[in-house]
Amino acid sequence: MAKEIKLQTPLTSEMLEKLNVGDKVLLSGTIYTARDAAHKRLVELLKAGKELPFDPVGAVIYYVGPAPARPGKAIGSAGPTTSYRMDPYAPVLMDAGLKAMIGKGPRGQAVLDSMVKNKAVYLAAVGGAAVVTAQSVKAAKIIAYDDLGAEAIRELKVVDFPVFVANDTKGNDIFKLGVEKYRIDN
Amino acid sequence: MKEINVAQIIPVIRNLCIDANYYASPDVVEKIKFFMEKEESPTARDILALMLENHKMADKEQMPMCQDTGVAVVFVELGQDVHLVGGDFNEAINEGVRQGYQDGYLRKSMVDDPVIERKNTKDNTPALIYTEIVSGDSLKITVAPKGGGAENMSEVRMMKAADGIEGVKDFVIDRIKRSGGNPCPPVVVGVGIGGSFEQCALLAKKALLRPLTEKNADPKWAAVEDEILERINMLGIGPQGLGGRTTALAVQILYRPCHIASMPVAVNVNCHVHRHKSAVIE
Ligand code: SF4
Repeated sequence: MAKEIKLQTPLTSEMLEKLNVGDKVLLSGTIYTARDAAHKRLVELLKAGKELPFDPVGAVIYYVGPAPARPGKAIGSAGPTTSYRMDPYAPVLMDAGLKAMIGKGPRGQAVLDSMVKNKAVYLAAVGGAAVVTAQSVKAAKIIAYDDLGAEAIRELKVVDFPVFVANDTKGNDIFKLGVEKYRIDN
Repeated sequence: MKEINVAQIIPVIRNLCIDANYYASPDVVEKIKFFMEKEESPTARDILALMLENHKMADKEQMPMCQDTGVAVVFVELGQDVHLVGGDFNEAINEGVRQGYQDGYLRKSMVDDPVIERKNTKDNTPALIYTEIVSGDSLKITVAPKGGGAENMSEVRMMKAADGIEGVKDFVIDRIKRSGGNPCPPVVVGVGIGGSFEQCALLAKKALLRPLTEKNADPKWAAVEDEILERINMLGIGPQGLGGRTTALAVQILYRPCHIASMPVAVNVNCHVHRHKSAVIE
């Protein structure tokens, strides 16, 4: 098993500096969902010097567009969406205090640089393991942009949400290191 | 001549949409377990274990394994002695998809038009329907929901005969290498060779329907599949692209004859949820 670490939001630089790529993290606390359309609005607010619908300091954003919830359930299946689409917005949010992003797939250089500068991390959730992730969501409520439907910003209360450290605060990238480590040239 | 009322098709399609999304196929489970045993990366082993746990939870909670419940790809094998009565056949299929995606709490992911408006059709229709007339008097339906992440990594290439079998192998492996973690590896790789530009793409998709535990019936193509799989699993991409030995679960090839001047090759990438379920109406 990979090393397993429990973390509780809000996140701080000190907590994140201990993480290394490949570590398994069980995340508990409050996280916020946002995809492309919501990111565009968040960044517009920041650029206009306005307040965000949630406090970005120490916050975690999860890139997800969940399936509809069954009656009585907090959320439907909720695995990660591809992260690079959020790359143009992520550095601005990190400058405002965002500490972690959860998604799938590699990030661009500007996002990697911003993570080092802001002592933030990128966590990979398992694409296609959407029930496991949904099970760790204990409560969900829409806090902004209801008009965006599946893409609205939701506040999720999570317990032991399973993710893997893909980029740590030291600039390591598992999408490069992991592949190099296990590649066999032929 | 046997009569089948199209109204009979609606609940069958509805249930196939739900079942394909809720229940992992036994061959997928078996393959993931097989590769997990051999996996060297601890992170990769954890991820594969989470995928297996996800199968169990999806079944227990009656939820789709992945939130991207895909476009509804429907393969129909229609016996030539069947007479369809009671309404429009394609509309019946779409009604089944509509009901399945609504009743099963599946995500609706179809937009129309594809470029300018991109408005969600709100019921996941239209289905992608491929009907083939076969002998006999039964109707076989397969529903294969296909997610965007994996489909987007697919490609058709009009190769030259001179590229030969080595060219085909290199193309398939390179396609998976360029896909990295995007199609949610471990992937299943469908390869269609021959026919024409459009036929090879459909062959590649159909190649995905073969059970993962079944070998290609032709030993020389089985050897090609084995070699491509082995080389893909040397790329190091691993589950979710985080590094490891398990990048693909299987490579499956279908071919057809083609023009003397051509050698079309298509790669259709599928992700580890690898959904498809079939039913026969007699
Ligand atoms: S590629 Fe497959 S497993 Fe990944 S998000 Fe899409 S449908 Fe789900």
